[in-house]
Amino acid sequence: MDDIYDVQGLRLSLADMARKPLFGPAPRLEILKGPTFRIRRGEVVGIVGGSGSGKSTLGRALVRLLEPSAGTIRFEGADITHLDDAALRPLRRRMQMIFQDPMSSLNPRHRVGQIIAAPLVLHGDDDPRRRALEALDQVGLPRGFATRYPHELSGGQRQRVGIARAIALRPDFILADEIVSGLDVSSQAQVLAVLRALVRDLGLTLAFISHDLSVIRRLCDRVIVLHQGVIVEDGPCAQVFAAPSAAYTRELLDAIPDPDPDQPWF
Amino acid sequence: MSFLRIENLSVAIRGGGPLLRRVSLEVAAGEVMALVGESGAGKSMIGKAVLGILPRAAQITEGRIWLDGEDLLALSATARRQRIGAKAALIPQDPLTALNPVRRIAPQITDRLVDILGWDRAKAEARARDLLGEVQIADPDRVMRSYPHELSGGMRQRILIASAFAAEPRLIVADEPTTALDVTVQKQILRLIRDMQARHGTALLFVTHDLGVVSKICQRLTVLYGGLVLEQTDVRAFFKAPGHPYSAALLAATPRHDDPEASLNPVPEAVIAAAQAEVAAFDRSAPHG
Repeated sequence: MDDIYDVQGLRLSLADMARKPLFGPAPRLEILKGPTFRIRRGEVVGIVGGSGSGKSTLGRALVRLLEPSAGTIRFEGADITHLDDAALRPLRRRMQMIFQDPMSSLNPRHRVGQIIAAPLVLHGDDDPRRRALEALDQVGLPRGFATRYPHELSGGQRQRVGIARAIALRPDFILADEIVSGLDVSSQAQVLAVLRALVRDLGLTLAFISHDLSVIRRLCDRVIVLHQGVIVEDGPCAQVFAAPSAAYTRELLDAIPDPDPDQPWF
Repeated sequence: MSFLRIENLSVAIRGGGPLLRRVSLEVAAGEVMALVGESGAGKSMIGKAVLGILPRAAQITEGRIWLDGEDLLALSATARRQRIGAKAALIPQDPLTALNPVRRIAPQITDRLVDILGWDRAKAEARARDLLGEVQIADPDRVMRSYPHELSGGMRQRILIASAFAAEPRLIVADEPTTALDVTVQKQILRLIRDMQARHGTALLFVTHDLGVVSKICQRLTVLYGGLVLEQTDVRAFFKAPGHPYSAALLAATPRHDDPEASLNPVPEAVIAAAQAEVAAFDRSAPHG
């Protein structure tokens, strides 16, 4: 078995601050209600769901930015469910994240080269500068971009810097959380093309969170559909798209406006 | 005569380069026209010029805008604001920043009725309540008393739609109204905009980068690149055979689930270079500013 992740009965609740009484603790809000699944090495898994389905929370639990309240997460066989920060630190370089909003996840006062090199320096890479430039090559940005600031780049280019930072460490697993939803269609297509090429060339293991099934279909082998914290469907993309078994999957598929005026939609 | 007619409109950054290059377009009463292009194509700029809300740094350098037969740019600033306020409205992109976070919903809908149309507050509130019902908000009274942060993104966008239709404008500019929403909510909101537009017979200028959305709610479209109109055509004809290589590439970049291989393909660099060359050629033939 070559599983990167083995997730069993994951539960996670957060304090519902909107309903917190003046005194006493806030009530707990159950976000994840027991998802169980595995991610194999080299697999590209889409995690899809609407707003509030728990998909981002699930992603953040996988890379242990959040601590589950019950269940287990095994990363390459080791139980990481309740590890503390110190114990997680050596694992961090093996699990990387690409964020939704590159404007807030790239330091506006640092140059692109520094941004990509920062985690390399932190984890003691021999030659962070060289590795950062290689990462720029890999995402198809000119090396000259290393001296630019994030605000000098377009949205699609910024997102490619986010990808470069994540792959620079050669992690075993990358989590991409809604990384194309803020982009226009042409930049979206471009960023996806870069990711597709990296998946092919580097054999990345990737969890790709999105609310848009058409994007997932173009990139992923397998899709997990999440609805209100529960997995309602999990299977190969081709199969799920051809014959969705859950009503919620069908609803998500029907919400994609295919560019064809003759196809009834509303 | 079209309700909105734009003729040779050029907009430029003060002391800088052009944002719009002699854009001409017409929108008939009750018609839905899409403005399509990628970020920076100038599509939002057209809507802003029509509504008189261009950013301070931008100015109209050439051209005319007729709204309901009146030459807007020939009017005094006060008269222009009054005409636009009475006849046109905006559905903005981001439902969170478009609502004042420290005011309740009710006055944010009724202000324009009171200020521009001179209604009394009670009449304006009754109208707001009806409109919230029309955009399928179940308990309008509670929502009218709420603050924006107490409502979901989809709910806030419904409120902005209600607010746009409040003064019975004959033209609405919808500036990427569903980009911030997830797919299922997007579908509900688009259905709502389409139904409201049809029921009220409003002309709609629909700014978007998503050709999928265009195919579902628009009758005609204008494709822009670098502030230049590349193509202007009927939606049905466009989706059968786009008339410009750039439009065709944009269509191939649009997500679709019925034919995944034909979707989400990046616009080829040669196509972008050709579009840029077209913009450069335009600037050589029509030097300005």
